Amino acid sequence: MDFASVRNRLAGLEGRAYWRSLEELADSPEFNDYLHREFPVQASEFSDPAGRRTFLKLMGASLALAGVGACTRQPPQKLVPYIRQPEELIPGTPLFYATAMPMGGYAYPLLAENHMGRPTKLEGNPEHPASLGATDVFGQGSILNLYDPDRSRAIVGRGEIRTWSAFMAALQATMNAQRGIGGQGIRLLTEPVSSPSLVEQIQQLLTDFPQATWHQWDPVFGTVQGGAVDFAPIYSLKAADVVVSLDADFLGKGAGQLRYSKDFGSRRRISTPKDEQSRLYVAEPVPTITGAKAEHRLAVQASSVHALAAALAARVGVAGVTAGPLPDTVSAFVTAAAADLAAHRGKSVVIAGDHQPAAVHVLARAINDALGNTGTTVRYTTPVTASPADGAASITELVTAMNAGKVDVLVIIDANPVFTAPANLKFADALAKVTTRIHLGLYHDDTADLCHWHVPAAHYLESWGDVRAFDGTVSLIQPLIAPIYDGRTAIEVIASMNGQLGRSAFELVKDFWTRAFEGSTTAKFDLKDPAGRPFATADAFWRHALHDGFIASTSYLAPGAVIPPAPPAPPAPPAPPAPPAPPAPPAPPAPPAPPAPPAPPAPPAPPAPPAPPAPPAPPAGFEIVFRPDPTVLDGRFGNNGWMQELPKPLSKLTWDNVAYIGFATAEKLGVKNEDVIQITSEGRSIQMPVWVMPGTADGTIAVHFGYGQTKMGRVANGVGVNAYPLRSSSAPWFIGGASVTRTGATYVLASTQTHFNMEGRNPVRVVTADEYRHEPRESVARLGAEVPDKDMSLYTPFEYNGNKWGMAIDLNACTGCGVCTLACVAENNIAVVGKAQIKKAREMHWIRVDTYFEGSPDAPAMYHQPVPCMQCENAPCEQVCPVGATVHSDEGLNDMVYNRCVGTRYCSNNCPYKVRRFNFLLYSDWTTEEIKAQRNPDVTVRSRGVMEKCNYCMQRISHARIDAKVQGRDIRDGDIVTACQQACPSDAIVFGNLNDPNSKVSVLKAQERNYGLLEELNTHPRTTYLAVVRNPNPALDKA
Amino acid sequence: MSQIFPKSANATARMTIAGALTLVLFMGWVVFTLMRSSWATKQNEFVEQPIQFSHAHHVGGIGLDCRYCHTSVETSSFAGIPPTKTCMNCHSQLWTNAKILEPVRASFRNDTPLTWIKVNDLPNFVYFNHSIHIKQGVGCATCHGPVDKMPLMYQAQSLLMEWCIGCHRAPEKFIRPRAEVFNMAYQAPDNQVELGLKLKAEYKIADAKHLVSCSICHR
Repeated sequence: MDFASVRNRLAGLEGRAYWRSLEELADSPEFNDYLHREFPVQASEFSDPAGRRTFLKLMGASLALAGVGACTRQPPQKLVPYIRQPEELIPGTPLFYATAMPMGGYAYPLLAENHMGRPTKLEGNPEHPASLGATDVFGQGSILNLYDPDRSRAIVGRGEIRTWSAFMAALQATMNAQRGIGGQGIRLLTEPVSSPSLVEQIQQLLTDFPQATWHQWDPVFGTVQGGAVDFAPIYSLKAADVVVSLDADFLGKGAGQLRYSKDFGSRRRISTPKDEQSRLYVAEPVPTITGAKAEHRLAVQASSVHALAAALAARVGVAGVTAGPLPDTVSAFVTAAAADLAAHRGKSVVIAGDHQPAAVHVLARAINDALGNTGTTVRYTTPVTASPADGAASITELVTAMNAGKVDVLVIIDANPVFTAPANLKFADALAKVTTRIHLGLYHDDTADLCHWHVPAAHYLESWGDVRAFDGTVSLIQPLIAPIYDGRTAIEVIASMNGQLGRSAFELVKDFWTRAFEGSTTAKFDLKDPAGRPFATADAFWRHALHDGFIASTSYLAPGAVIPPAPPAPPAPPAPPAPPAPPAPPAPPAPPAPPAPPAPPAPPAPPAPPAPPAPPAPPAGFEIVFRPDPTVLDGRFGNNGWMQELPKPLSKLTWDNVAYIGFATAEKLGVKNEDVIQITSEGRSIQMPVWVMPGTADGTIAVHFGYGQTKMGRVANGVGVNAYPLRSSSAPWFIGGASVTRTGATYVLASTQTHFNMEGRNPVRVVTADEYRHEPRESVARLGAEVPDKDMSLYTPFEYNGNKWGMAIDLNACTGCGVCTLACVAENNIAVVGKAQIKKAREMHWIRVDTYFEGSPDAPAMYHQPVPCMQCENAPCEQVCPVGATVHSDEGLNDMVYNRCVGTRYCSNNCPYKVRRFNFLLYSDWTTEEIKAQRNPDVTVRSRGVMEKCNYCMQRISHARIDAKVQGRDIRDGDIVTACQQACPSDAIVFGNLNDPNSKVSVLKAQERNYGLLEELNTHPRTTYLAVVRNPNPALDKA
Repeated sequence: MSQIFPKSANATARMTIAGALTLVLFMGWVVFTLMRSSWATKQNEFVEQPIQFSHAHHVGGIGLDCRYCHTSVETSSFAGIPPTKTCMNCHSQLWTNAKILEPVRASFRNDTPLTWIKVNDLPNFVYFNHSIHIKQGVGCATCHGPVDKMPLMYQAQSLLMEWCIGCHRAPEKFIRPRAEVFNMAYQAPDNQVELGLKLKAEYKIADAKHLVSCSICHR
């Protein structure tokens, strides 16, 4: 790739030009060569005579061996019935239980599919307000962690395997020693906690040992920079016409992301050209999936967001805030956003990012207050978590105490601080000074290694518990399986410290809620059924709550709920000093004067307004932005092959973490993808490969942490680079003054972005709301090639009399999060292939999410397109299969028959959509016993030499069809939900019967913006797309 | 120059060619026959089980309904193998000291499941569903044979795909009224095809085009 050719080519392009990678844009000979060999490594082998001969030899031998191998009788199989069959269990039919995944102190509500005692698939809880049926990638992926063979399996006490009772005895002795001194040597370190029952136990501990201290650390959640605020916003994006995000990835991160995606998506899934859709402004340093959905996205350094927020506040009329001078582009952005906000009072919202300091959150709240948005599009409450709010400050305090020798007992619950703590604290050294160190965790990790006692934790699918969702809704965690490795839950350990030995998590949690029902707990709850009626008995309440998975009346948004009121907003801070601006820009054109804002709801002004920390002037050098990895998070999903292999949004990288830098910065530094750079900050440095991420702010380097583990397990160890050494407790999210040097080394990265390329055709279609309103059909149609007449075919047309399955994917709603891919992996037993195979474009994902960039690589627009099998009616694949392994079903599916497939791969070569996947090697794990239990029993596990592809979740269609027939009715619209559709947080994917004109999918396909991918090839794809409609602000739209 | 090959070489050559052809055809016939033979399909082969459970006694003799043990046959893909508790429902009262029943009592006593050998074993890429076949009027005996006369269970049909397809192409030749599905003594009437077509319409059984789609059974 060279920078000049990219710029030249862009300059020469006319009209809309989409590109997926910078390599493609540069149009280099290497890239073209790559394109011409679809399976790069295999295809060229045939022109090499020696290779061909070897190939034939191997083919001959395998044919003979396969033939001989087939001449055996099938070995007998066993049937093992129950001794006493549990009630309600029907062998062969799954049961679904509501539960919730706790992460960072918040609930991710789930419905778990259980096949005769083993959970196989997780789906969102459709009734829970924090999910509405959707899941994020972590929710989908966590099922594999349950079966992870590398999880810790035994209690280890001072290097030896010990029993639970031995641990109990040691713990009691330790606690008794602390009793006389009020527990002044006890320190508890947890991740953020919102669980009411666990909070009660911890408070009990802190009451019994008044000198003990509770600390919180989690590298991702509950870590703030520049102070924590004591209020928490809950947004209602359905009502928001204008959304301004200040470095907030509200669609891609955080506990509310699923609900926010659903609500935001509802303003994008327009049904007629006249529908008003919302407009999104995003200012952020690194492209996120939220930024990709924005009409107007501004790449700014993280440290400049404060100044931008202040300017925005000043423009919308927040009292006491004045704007400093801003660069031209920022000023234009702020002016336009402010005018739009002012024009949508009460119907707009400003969202501050979790990575931004308290001052930005205060400003965002002041703007929302000033615009009257508070109460309509946003509600402010107290934070849901009860643990110390500022994780970085909390762990710093802990390390100081440890270094001072004040800590005798440190109990670490579900955390790995030795690996994840800010590097400047030197946590491991401080830990060595603690007399007794106890660790509860899923893995025998770095922290466990340095602790005297390690207790294996139970996975949440093995645990009883409770946790609050982003809106405060209490959600219950119930186990789907007995602990596989004898793990224990946090509440059991804390209760033991409180002297409640031998009480199981079930007893503790149920007892808590029984007392809560009776009103005898310190925390009070309003416990009612969804209809608002109180429960008759504690047992009725408990059963109901377990069945639903949550207690609706505990939501902070429930009418009449016991809401801890949000503290009044502190007064808006004065404007920060001007950022080191380029030569003062000419005064921006006066913004359309906003109408005088109504006086903001006057907060009871405290006498002395605390001066918010002014953003420090960014020092010279690069700004490092720290972000958790999009798939392995802080490393806790590191040993999960699915997560490693899931292409990360936008970059589509797998199996590695990288430093993102912008195009201009890369040009300046003279580095390109896969070059290794050395990043130095505060005297600590790491070496990392570079990924040139179009749209990254100039002078910013975005570093993803979570990789580079050494003690987790067979998948995680030695993969990627440990970026934690750069992180500091004072600036965990962004830090200026870093230096970067080229090392000259290169590192191979496996990105799927260049795979399955569409070679210059225009697969995504984008229109503006204006164009679409005026010429609904033409504006979309003219973006594609001419579509031939439907009857133009050599084959006799096929009548579809019964059901006719089809799918519509709304690109306007799709956020590109990638959960469809992971849901498909979990549902369809898709194998993990590893980095080396991905490098050869052999990933097995049945649905991929393509990202298209448009425009300049400095500030590109971004679009996503999920591509499953199109189930063509004139399927090119079917015509070329020599053995009839892929054939048409009477409902219009391209059936893939694994047991007939001999692996010629003709079908794949003939597929214009490149959606077929071939098992070049034995990718499925046939040997690891633990993993086998996860597999979906309704789907064949494929072997080597077999082609596979999306089949619209055939197993789900069959189940629905059989259920309908057994019940003597037709299949109803909505009976069949494909795995990708089910998981999608923005409801972008809809599946159904095209012969039913009233089905959801038929209605969608009747929309003017519906189009087929490569329709000009006359394939009649059953999967079609709804074009992207963008609603840009005319004041900013240069096009 | 004398000829290298004697005249008889012609005959040898002809015989060799004919022999080779015959051999190839014979080998083909062997493979074809072997594949369909009961040796490969295990048809009609008695299977030794850990307990000498007799369907002939329980079904034919006592007259237990299939569903007393195979409880999920109408609701699930899997008909269900009875838990030990089902056996003990009767055998805690009857034959309580019989030696033949000791494994059952031991299972109940020690909380260890019984392990049966699968008799009708389909390949793993076939997804057969009992409930829909029961609903559409396929009798138990149609596939499982005269279970009421089997002291030890055996596989009554070949379970080859051609056998499945035979019925999926023309279900009218095999289906019976729903009320007769569990009747082991049911005899197909002389006008089976006529009745079958009537039932096919009544039960809304899909046409052959649908029933022989690959994805009906394979996924």
